[in-house]
Amino acid sequence: MGAHHGPAKGMSRWLLTTNHKDIGTMYLWFSFAMFILGGAFAMVIRAELFQPGMQLVEPGFFNQMTTLHGLVMVFGAIMPSFVGLANWMIPMMIGAPDMALPRMNNWSFWILPPSFLMLASTLFMEGGAPAFGWTFYAPLSTTYAPPSVTFFIFAIHILGVSSIMGSINIIATVMNMRAPGMSYMKMPLFVWTWLITAFLLVAVMPVLAGAVTMMLMDIHFGTSFFSAAGGGDPVLFQHVFWFFGHPEVYIIILPAFGVVSQIIPAFSRKPLFGYASMVYATASIALLSFIVWAHHMYTVGMPVAGELFFMYATMLIAVPTGVKVFNWITTMWRGALSFETPMLFCLGFLVLFTLGGFTGLMLSIAPAVAGAVFSMTAAVYYWIPKWTGRMYSESMGRIHFWVSFIGFNIAFFPQHFVGLAGMPRRIPDYSLQFADFNMMSSIGAFIYGASQLLFLYNVIVTIVAGEKVGEDKIWDGAEGLEWTVPCPAPYHTFEVPPKIDAVSAHA
Amino acid sequence: MNFKTVAKACVVSLLVSGPTWALAQNQINMAKGVTEVGAQIYGLHMLIFWICAVIGVAVFAVMFYSIIYHRKSRGVTPAQFHDSTQVEIIWTIIPFLILIGMAVPATSTLLEVYNTDDAEIDILITGYQWKWKYEYLDEQGDNVAFFSNLATSQEEIYNTDAKGANYLLSVDEPMVIPVDTKVRFLVTANDVIHSWWVPELAVKRDAIPGFINEAWTKVPTEGVYRGQCTELCGAYHGFMPIEVHAVSREEYDAWLAAKRSEKVAQTAAAQQALGFEELMASGEAVYRAQCSACHGAQGEGGVGNAIAGSAIALGEVAKHLEVGIKGVAGTAMQAFGGQLSDVDMAAVITYQRNAFGNNTGDIVQPADVVNHKQG
Amino acid sequence: MFRLSQHPTIDTASKLVAVSIAMFAFVFVVMVPLYNVLCDALGINGKTSDEAYIAISTEVDVSRAITVQFVTSNNNEMPWGFKPSVTMMTVNPGAANDTVFLAANGTNKAMVAQAIPSISPSRAAEYFHKTECFCFNQQPLDANSSTQMPLQFIVDQALPRDIKTITLSYTLFDVTGMVADKKVAAR
Repeated sequence: MGAHHGPAKGMSRWLLTTNHKDIGTMYLWFSFAMFILGGAFAMVIRAELFQPGMQLVEPGFFNQMTTLHGLVMVFGAIMPSFVGLANWMIPMMIGAPDMALPRMNNWSFWILPPSFLMLASTLFMEGGAPAFGWTFYAPLSTTYAPPSVTFFIFAIHILGVSSIMGSINIIATVMNMRAPGMSYMKMPLFVWTWLITAFLLVAVMPVLAGAVTMMLMDIHFGTSFFSAAGGGDPVLFQHVFWFFGHPEVYIIILPAFGVVSQIIPAFSRKPLFGYASMVYATASIALLSFIVWAHHMYTVGMPVAGELFFMYATMLIAVPTGVKVFNWITTMWRGALSFETPMLFCLGFLVLFTLGGFTGLMLSIAPAVAGAVFSMTAAVYYWIPKWTGRMYSESMGRIHFWVSFIGFNIAFFPQHFVGLAGMPRRIPDYSLQFADFNMMSSIGAFIYGASQLLFLYNVIVTIVAGEKVGEDKIWDGAEGLEWTVPCPAPYHTFEVPPKIDAVSAHA
Repeated sequence: MNFKTVAKACVVSLLVSGPTWALAQNQINMAKGVTEVGAQIYGLHMLIFWICAVIGVAVFAVMFYSIIYHRKSRGVTPAQFHDSTQVEIIWTIIPFLILIGMAVPATSTLLEVYNTDDAEIDILITGYQWKWKYEYLDEQGDNVAFFSNLATSQEEIYNTDAKGANYLLSVDEPMVIPVDTKVRFLVTANDVIHSWWVPELAVKRDAIPGFINEAWTKVPTEGVYRGQCTELCGAYHGFMPIEVHAVSREEYDAWLAAKRSEKVAQTAAAQQALGFEELMASGEAVYRAQCSACHGAQGEGGVGNAIAGSAIALGEVAKHLEVGIKGVAGTAMQAFGGQLSDVDMAAVITYQRNAFGNNTGDIVQPADVVNHKQG
Repeated sequence: MFRLSQHPTIDTASKLVAVSIAMFAFVFVVMVPLYNVLCDALGINGKTSDEAYIAISTEVDVSRAITVQFVTSNNNEMPWGFKPSVTMMTVNPGAANDTVFLAANGTNKAMVAQAIPSISPSRAAEYFHKTECFCFNQQPLDANSSTQMPLQFIVDQALPRDIKTITLSYTLFDVTGMVADKKVAAR
């Protein structure tokens, strides 16, 4: 290997980079752009649902909005954001110079923008964008789908490949490139959660690819996987999809758990409580996630023995999840807490995730996505000084948190009520008894949406004009190898592996 | 009293009053419903809710205690403990035991929901894009079947008329069942997956094309119970409600008998020649119920083609009948031949050919429809 | 475990690529067949076998009377007339029974249909044996013609005692297009 120079200049730096920090940055900005796009779709949804009656869009277009909102948020915003975080942080946290497969890393990122461009372009195709929900059940998504479904399938294949490649990279990095002395049980919990998540991804993204390939074959090649006429079964689609889909929600939330497990100890000035038990709980959650999928199919007409099995397995997942929540709270107990913005977002995560978990127990639906965004936001505020060498404005960060948290709860809490009162999902218009809570929900959504623009503003102002930081370790309670390198982190870090002693390493 | 305090007070009172007022007016909890099974499900829901509430209060209490008393700004020194196998075991075992406690009543309720034995009445429910069909199965094969369409007008939906009570929850032909009678539902679908849900009866079952699912109910109290389709099924998923009327046995028998004679009468009416005004009047009603959602209240089009000035409405009657009866494959235009009576089909075709400025002067009789169907 | 490469990173990566490919194959090679096998074997989802049943025991259990109900549906409003000749039969487990279904193609085009059966309650499906069924084959019908389609069945003596009514539903699908496509492909 030749001598390392600094980053190249110009556009080709970004196009050709194999540097984990550059690639992490691209993933993070891309995911933010997708978050705004998916958020725009949500604004259309909530604007239409502001009042009963159809005011703004046609029902068919509304379904395109709900579908694309789901697809963009899950596959374009939340998943790539945590991959970006993994890229930035994992090498530094384990004392490695870069990811295991840097060129594959570049490919993993760069196939994403074209894929989402293709997905977004379906809005302009004949017959419109996919309108069958992000869960795309057959035969609505096969026999009765618009022509754009083929592009949808293609896009899913591409972003699946991106996820699989990214996960292979993460596993290869963590398993082979830890600094000498960093045993598995000394790794930061964020690295553990990503290691486990990456295994989940490698296992289930191909299953999603299988499901959409079967759709492709039914639509274009005369097969009948999901059509009763040819001896197939629409319910088979649901089983295959949710076999992917349930582990998918854990794929979304496990890295978020990892972030929270780094940040809460830092601001409690106290080690994470029960490190080993947190590792085991995460692994149990991942394993259990493979046997609960049909709790998304309770009304499909399963034999009662099947329903009971899935109900029991689903209730069981509450146990390791509860252990994690108890451990976080015990980390805080008798610590010396301070409430900078990263900590605020982590506490917000704890509240939302716990409430979501309870309703999940009542409904057996995974509480994943809400908490994940708060966790990711916490991560950005926590590590942005390391990435950029500049500090964000604490007062602006606090405003972002409160507007965000309040807006989010006004947006989503009333939805519990209307759901219990009998309002179905995925409808563009509703009967009059649901009007008040829907209006409230829409107002909350607009507030929450506006707060994300504030987030964007905060990030840009920090990068461009934030106060420069002097030390390597910004947060006095933080632990981990990333805090032993300067702020901003040099382009190449740990080209020489660091010494890991008994005390340092994991939080 | 400074600005900051006033501002805080305003914010707090807004945040509290809005929701409080809304909570006072609006339902926030699951309906207990009218059936015994529904009451069991409600009880289970409340049990789990209270267990979760207690645990939640405890967990948040510890968290908020820390937030208040374990702050650096109070000058505390942080403890350094970070492990306790004993504690981990305790808070693994206790939740596990609580879950077993929840699983027992959940299991018995689920078994009850699945028990479709000994039903007196069988109703075949078929989900269509975007309406329901109900077929009362009869031992002699003389089934009463009819479609149940959204009765809310396009004008209400598009805000030119005020919205009536039961907006989006009323239908032209409700399902009628007798009280205190176990009714079995056989649920299937004509095209894509739908789901039949009536919250107050605690029945929700997916409708899968090519397969039959079972559900049942036994309603003790007379009343009208409303529900909606609850599986995304295309553009008008939100516009195919369900209305169930639970009535006395006598009323039910009378209704069923009336439906039977309606069938006979429709076959007879198909023989007669009807007058232009009569055809236009009933045609307009059929158009509003069946066609206007896609073809526009004024025939201006929308999801479907315009009827006003269209080649089909102004061209050959045979072609127009073909489209109405057989639908257009590969589009959302369904085959209405099986859904409308011959009288209704004749009326709506006549209406389309003469309304919206079309003025062809054509009159289509039920006999024309019958002849066309026979090929 | 064997190494796929000397370089540890490439070794890990190659193994994981193999796992991804295996999981993709898993969908087609394991999930789909397993689903069908489980449905057939356990009668889940009300699916009955699509092959003729060969009767073993012919002992008739006269102590039990089972009501068998016949229901018909046309998928996607396919234009045939389709109904059972009788809507209900009372049978004894072990006895051989037969009935016919009536189908009429009132259009002026030859068409091909496929009837798909579904049984309720679904756990009765493994005890409902069809020795002959029109659902085993596609049903072609010329324009403006009708036919009678036979069904012969035996209810197994081992039917759980708490089941007293079995509903057999047929959904008729228009497969004229599917058949035509296959003919074109075969040329």
